[in-house]
Amino acid sequence: MKLVTAIIKPFKLDDVKEALKALDIQGMTVSEVQGFGRQRGHTEVYRGAEYTVDFVPKVRVEVLADDADVTRVVDAVVAAARTDKIGDGKVWVTSVENVVRIRTGEMGPDAL
Amino acid sequence: MDTGNTAWVLTSAALVLFMTPGLAFFYGGMVRSKNVLGMLMQNFFSMGLVSVLWALVGFSLAFGDGGGFIGNFDFAGLKGVGDAALQLPGYVKVGDVDLALTIPAIVFCAYQMMFAVITPALITGAIADRVKFAGWATFLGLWLVIVYSPIAHWVFSPTGWLFKRGALDFAGGTVVHINAGIAALMVVIVLGKRKGWPREAMPPHSLPLTLLGTGILWFGWFGFNAGSALSAGNLAGQALINTHLAAAAGMLGWLLVEKLKEGHATTLGAASGAVAGLVAITPCAGFVGGMAPIVIGFIAGGVCLLAIQFKFKFGYDDSLDVVGVHLVGGIIGSILLGFFADTSVNSLGFDGVFFGGGGELLTDQLVAVGATLVFSGVLSFVLAKVVDATIGLRVSPDDEAAGLDTTQHAETAYNLGDFGSMGRIGA
Repeated sequence: MKLVTAIIKPFKLDDVKEALKALDIQGMTVSEVQGFGRQRGHTEVYRGAEYTVDFVPKVRVEVLADDADVTRVVDAVVAAARTDKIGDGKVWVTSVENVVRIRTGEMGPDAL
Repeated sequence: MDTGNTAWVLTSAALVLFMTPGLAFFYGGMVRSKNVLGMLMQNFFSMGLVSVLWALVGFSLAFGDGGGFIGNFDFAGLKGVGDAALQLPGYVKVGDVDLALTIPAIVFCAYQMMFAVITPALITGAIADRVKFAGWATFLGLWLVIVYSPIAHWVFSPTGWLFKRGALDFAGGTVVHINAGIAALMVVIVLGKRKGWPREAMPPHSLPLTLLGTGILWFGWFGFNAGSALSAGNLAGQALINTHLAAAAGMLGWLLVEKLKEGHATTLGAASGAVAGLVAITPCAGFVGGMAPIVIGFIAGGVCLLAIQFKFKFGYDDSLDVVGVHLVGGIIGSILLGFFADTSVNSLGFDGVFFGGGGELLTDQLVAVGATLVFSGVLSFVLAKVVDATIGLRVSPDDEAAGLDTTQHAETAYNLGDFGSMGRIGA
């Protein structure tokens, strides 16, 4: 089992969600996050006082997937989140040792 | 007694009262979210304390007949003010100069009460994020009686020495804006700068609130300036359109300089410029005509933007630019009145430099500005020192870091979710 984590532009969330639904993915977790990559932040000015804002708002999408599905999930996220402009984000895959469905106690791939 | 005039001044009293919540939101949007209730409270509290003090002694000290410098206690506790036949001292017809009020004294007293409420509230913008509520409350009451009432007497009462000298102030350029502006600077000097200023970011938490407050201020200002005609006729109309044009031109002036200097026209700049224009037209509103309000507002907008940079140069933390906008804007308006005053607009005024009056009015305006700066500056500094040494004017460093809302008022402005961590005590 793998955990696919994607950091994407907030306005791309809907596209990514629809792309994942089309793959029959059973669930996803979304959080609002902030940070910086190559895009960096921006500057704001209030009555002449200039501030740098180092972190830009992003959305983090997390999806648990069976090993066999991982490539399709990653490809779908990348295709849906891409705008070809700086700041599109990243997707990474990590291995997951175990998963438990709390209601039933099912474990491993059965819990996905 | 004229019922039309009375109706307009009653309406204006309500308009001016509404400016204080407007000011609270104008300032409240500019502070960080941990201090917004503290800021709103400092302003709202003035509606409570100052109104009561005005009825007890403030009105009497400002409009009683005690000579040129201060009133007396004849009207303390509003004694006799409700008498329909009462003529306030100095408001009489002498020769061609008719100052007799056509509205009841009690209406005039109510209208002036709202000016007393908002004037010290202006100071709160300079001392944002760090003032102890008990210290502010004490300073507010003392300042109203010791500083505001005498200056209102000098300038607004026909028995006051600056009024008699011939200095003009239609609605409070000296009494309200210069007075509060210099007081703000003095309290800031006593208080010191906020922890981390100017290095740490202290951006406004909600500019939409600031713009909403600006709209309320602009709306209420029609009562402030056009109401000061104390009549519902041509002069009130002239004052109203002057007020509006100065606000509009102030916005344009600020935005133009801002765009050229900083690269962007900002919403905070639009709000600040409008307020700067409103401040500058306040002393002039019923004494100028033609395109003068546009010139006055435009100059105020541009110059006030440049003036707010002084705090970084001289290192005083005038947090929300009360000095840069109200003190500087008030001085600009009071001095420009010496140039633009036109007796064809208001026969009770005098002609300025541009209208054949020579430099006499300009001299009187400079005297009025100087007297207000010295009197209010010195007394405000002393009062702030006294309050600081006794009750304390500033919160502890820990409380400052945590914010005024929880430490001074035990409240949070925005309870967004997170009720899971809250439990009722004692239920």
